[in-house]
Amino acid sequence: MTKSMGSDSSTVIERVERGLSRRYRAEKRFRLIGVGAIILSLFFLVILFGDILIKGLPAFSQTQIKITIFFDPERLPLDKLESADFEALVKSGLRSMFPQVRGRRSKRALYKLVSSGAAYELRKRVLHNHDLIGKTKDLWLIADDELDLLLKGDIARVPGGRFNQQQLDWIEKLERDGNLRQRFNLNFFTSGDSRDPELAGVLGSLSGTVLTLMLTFLLSFPIGIGAAVYLEEFLKKGRFSDFLEVNINNLAAVPSIIFGLLGLGVFINFCGLPRSAPLVGGLVLTLMTLPTIIISSRAAIKAVPPSVREAALGLGASRMQTVFHHVIPLAMPGMLTGAIIGMARALGETAPLLMIGMVAFIVDIPKSFNAAATVLPVQIYLWADSPERAFQARTSAAIIILLFFLILMNASAVYLRRKFERRW
Amino acid sequence: MKKVLLMLSLFTLMLLPAMSQAGASRGYIAIVGSSTVYPFATVVAERFGKTTKFKTPKIESTGSGGGLKLFSAGSGIKTPDITNASRRIKKSEYERCQKNGVHDVVEIKIGYDGIVVANAKTAPRLVLSRRDLYLALAKEVPNPDGSATVIKNPYKTWHDVNPELPSTKIRVLGPPPTSGTRDAFVELVMQGGAKTFPWLKALKKKDKHKFKAIAHTLREDGAYVEAGENDNLIVQKLEADLDTLGIFGFSYLDQNSDKIQGSLVDGVEPTFENIANGKYPVSRPLFFYVKKSHVGMIPGIRGYLAEFTSEKAFGEDGYLSDRGLIPMPKSEREHYRKVATELEPVMSASDFK
Repeated sequence: MTKSMGSDSSTVIERVERGLSRRYRAEKRFRLIGVGAIILSLFFLVILFGDILIKGLPAFSQTQIKITIFFDPERLPLDKLESADFEALVKSGLRSMFPQVRGRRSKRALYKLVSSGAAYELRKRVLHNHDLIGKTKDLWLIADDELDLLLKGDIARVPGGRFNQQQLDWIEKLERDGNLRQRFNLNFFTSGDSRDPELAGVLGSLSGTVLTLMLTFLLSFPIGIGAAVYLEEFLKKGRFSDFLEVNINNLAAVPSIIFGLLGLGVFINFCGLPRSAPLVGGLVLTLMTLPTIIISSRAAIKAVPPSVREAALGLGASRMQTVFHHVIPLAMPGMLTGAIIGMARALGETAPLLMIGMVAFIVDIPKSFNAAATVLPVQIYLWADSPERAFQARTSAAIIILLFFLILMNASAVYLRRKFERRW
Repeated sequence: MKKVLLMLSLFTLMLLPAMSQAGASRGYIAIVGSSTVYPFATVVAERFGKTTKFKTPKIESTGSGGGLKLFSAGSGIKTPDITNASRRIKKSEYERCQKNGVHDVVEIKIGYDGIVVANAKTAPRLVLSRRDLYLALAKEVPNPDGSATVIKNPYKTWHDVNPELPSTKIRVLGPPPTSGTRDAFVELVMQGGAKTFPWLKALKKKDKHKFKAIAHTLREDGAYVEAGENDNLIVQKLEADLDTLGIFGFSYLDQNSDKIQGSLVDGVEPTFENIANGKYPVSRPLFFYVKKSHVGMIPGIRGYLAEFTSEKAFGEDGYLSDRGLIPMPKSEREHYRKVATELEPVMSASDFK
C-alpha cells in the first residue's frame, strides 16, 4: 500500500515535471504574442505620428522677403488712410528691387512672390503709427505660399510647373542677396482662418473650441453628476430605473450626427438660437457627452463602499448629507475622469456641428457665445479640402495642435485619478 | 471648487435666454451654398472683411441644393442672405422661395468653372472625346453591333473603347452623386457623349426618362470609383497610380499643374484660355443669389456685392482668376456688375421658360 502510494506520488511529480517545460513554453509564447501586439500598435502609432509630424512641422516656419518700402505720402492721404492702396506700396517696393522687369505679365509674376498679407501688414503698421508716412524702411514681409513651398522643397525648382524661368531667376537673386529668410510662423497662432495659406491660423477655431467646450463642461458636468447621484443613491431599483439605464446606455452609442439633427430641430428651428454659434454647439455637445458622463459617474459612485454610507447614516447623517459629505467627494476623481474623457470626445467632433452650421469659413475670431465660430477639427476638415497645396502642411500642423490638447486632457485625467484616488 | 462650478453652471443656465435674445440681430453677412463656389466666395469675403469696416461674412459650404434649401426657407435674419450655386436655381426652388416669402431674388453670375479629366504628369497625356468617356463610364452602352439596344458595359481598357487609345485599364476617380461637379460632368460629358449616337439622340426627344437612365448612370463595377468630395485626395492617388484618371474642378488642376495634366477633351486642352473662350466643352457657369430685402437689414451686403463684381476680383486678371475661376466676357461682367449695384432685375417666373 505505502509502496504503491509512493510510486503513485512519484509518477505525479514526474508527470508535472514532464509537463513543466511545456507550460513554461506556453507562457513564454503568450508573452511574446503580447509583446508583439504592443510592438505592432506602437509601430502604427509611430507611423501615424511620424507622418503627421513630418508633414506638419514645415507649417511652423514661414518665409519672409525683405523689401524696401517707401511710405509714399501721395499714396497715403491722411483722411483716407483706411482705404488707401497699400498693395501699391508693396508693388513699387518690388519694382525698385527688380527695375529691369517690364511688361504687365512679368510684373504680375513678380507681384505673386509676395503674399497679399504684406499689404495688410503695412496697413496695420501705418494705422498704428502715422509717423511712418514719408519714410523709407527695410521690412521683412510675408512671402507667398508657393514661394514658401518652393524654398521648403515641396515644389520642384523646374520651370513650367507653378513657376516660370523668370520667377526662378528672381528667387535665386533674392536668395543670393540674403533677402529671403525663414522665421517661426507666429501668424499660425495669432490669426483666424484665411484662404491664403500663409495667412491662415488656428486662433479662430481654437477660441471657438474653447467657448464651445467651456459651455459643454459647465452644462454637462453638473447635470451629469446630478443625474448619476439621483439614479444611484435615491431612485428605487425597478422597471423604471432599468428603462432609464437601457436608454442612457443606448444614447451613449448613438452616432453623433443624430445629436446634430436634434440640435438643428430643437435649438435652431424651434428655439430660434443663431446658427454657427458656440452656444448651440455647446448645447449639442452637452447632449452628446451627457450619457458618457452619467455612466462613468454612476460607476464611480458605485465604487464607493457601502460601509462609508452605512457609517455616515449610523452616525445620524441624513441621506443628502451622506451623499454630499462622503459619497460625492470620494467619487469625484472617477467622475472627473469620466467628464474629461467625455470632453475629449467632444473636442474631436465635427459631425454634429455640420448640421448646426459650424462647418463654415469664419475669419473673425469669435469672442462671445453668439458669434459665428468653428472648431479645431472642423478647421482641419476645411483645410484638408482646400485646393491650395500649402494647406496640406497647415492641416497636419492643426492636427498636431489638436493632438496636443487631447493628450493634455487625457493626461490631466490620469493625473487627477492618481492624485485623488482612494483605495479601500 | 465644487461650489464655484455649480455657481458657474447656474449662471450659464440663466444666461441662455439672454444670449438667445442677443441673437436677434446679426452683424455679419451669412452665406451658404456650393462647395465649388466656396473657394472663390471665401477669398472675396476675406478681402472684404480685411479692407472695410464690416465684419467678414460667414460662409458655409452646404452644396448648391442644400444652400438653396436654406435660402428659400424664408426671409429674415435667421435665414442666409446669399447662396452660392454651381448651377442655375431650379424652377421648383424658385417656387419654394416665393411660397416662403422670399419674393425678391437677384441672380448674379460670377464666371465659369471647367471640369477636367486628368492624370499624372509622368504618364502619357490622353486625347479623349466625350464619346470615349461616355462609352468608358456608362453602366449600359449602345450595343456595338449597331442595333438600337443597350448592353452592360463590356469595355475593360481604353483601347477597347477607341483603338487609338492606349490599352490601359479603365479606372476613373470621380465625385459622388451629392456633388455638383458630378451633376455637371454627367450633364455635359455623359449626355454629350450619348448624343453622338443618333438613336439615343432621337430617344431623348421621345422618352426623356429612358434617355436619362441610359446616359446618366455611371458604372458600378469598379471602373468608376467614387472618391469622395476631397479633390486633394484624388490628386494624390493619381500620382501614385499612373493608369488612373481623375475628375475634378479646374482649380485643382491649376494648383497642381506641376504634378498632373488635363486630358484633351474633343481635341481641346483644358487651359484657362480655352475654358474662358468656350472652346473646352466641359464648363459650367457659377452663380450666387441674393435676397434684396436683406440689403438694408444686414450691413455690408452692397459692399460685398461690389467687391465680388469688381474688375480686380472677377475680371480677366482679377484675384479670383488666380484661384482658377474662369472669367466671363467683358460685356457679361459689365451686365452683372450693373445688376449687383442696382439690385435689378429681380427674378420672376418668366425667367424659367
